[in-house]
Amino acid sequence: MSTDGQGSSHWFDDEAGPVVRPYAMTRGRTTSAGQHRLDLIAVVVAEPHADDPDADLALSPEHVDIVDLCRDAPQSVAELAAGLDLPIGVVRVLVGDLVNGEFVHVNRPVPPAELPDEGILRDVINGLRAL
Amino acid sequence: MIFGRSERGKPPVEPVTLKILVAGGFGVGKTTLVGAVSEIRPLRTEEFLTEAGRPVDDTTGVERKHTTTVAMDFGRITLREDLVLYLFGTPGQERFWFMWDELSEGALGAIVLADTRRLGDCFAAVDYFERRSIPFLIGVNCFEDAARYPVEEVRRALDLDVAVPVLLCDARDRSSVKDVLVGVVQHAMDHDADRRQTVTT
Repeated sequence: MSTDGQGSSHWFDDEAGPVVRPYAMTRGRTTSAGQHRLDLIAVVVAEPHADDPDADLALSPEHVDIVDLCRDAPQSVAELAAGLDLPIGVVRVLVGDLVNGEFVHVNRPVPPAELPDEGILRDVINGLRAL
Repeated sequence: MIFGRSERGKPPVEPVTLKILVAGGFGVGKTTLVGAVSEIRPLRTEEFLTEAGRPVDDTTGVERKHTTTVAMDFGRITLREDLVLYLFGTPGQERFWFMWDELSEGALGAIVLADTRRLGDCFAAVDYFERRSIPFLIGVNCFEDAARYPVEEVRRALDLDVAVPVLLCDARDRSSVKDVLVGVVQHAMDHDADRRQTVTT
């Protein structure tokens, strides 16, 4: 297999894909029960009085990482995915588990059918001008 | 009870989040534009896709790629403690268009970044946003070595509706990008006002 002269490193380049298949972390689940698809900018907020996620053996290290990040500050789904270097689909499933376990709750952005009200848009314009 | 909070300690601020999309052809400066205004270095989110129709666990040829990564770069602007704007660069390759549907859902509006040397590259994006009536504007990224064209000429070349703003910009320049963003939100407001009027009359 190392006929291309790259030796064994050949196996670990991007072409080989991730060493652990990403959905192994979700035990093969690609969706979470009872969850709507979380928007990329849905905000995940840690429940302040939730149990210590470290003590919950049902949770994976990735679950714990998500709770830890959200404890520092509420995080969007996109930021969690980037911060933990996990695919968005995986983060969605893990966040779904955490919602079910009441470790976090999710604030959904403005529903797509209704645009944010004019007041918010004005605030955005003023905010941008003030940058 | 999802919103239950402890009595002690200040609850964290849960911001309202909004998103604006940045579309356009490959290499037109989408990530540069996001980076020019973002308070964080543009972050990359990825999604792995298994190529449909192939056995997932076929290991006969590991060198053969079974998954494809769709990457999206995004940035963040905290306008206020409780108001955060995200900018998402859409994946450039046309075969990842299904990702756009997810991205564009609930988006405030979109910037279609254009390069006058390759105007054709943004036709697809213009078409996409027109069909879904997502408010968008054209930002003509003025590359130094590209000829400058008047905005009206760009508008004609892209066959744009008169209401669609066309702005000249420099994707590297923070204040220029700020103007473009203000333009999008302004346009979204006008668009919204029109829509409300259509509903009421």
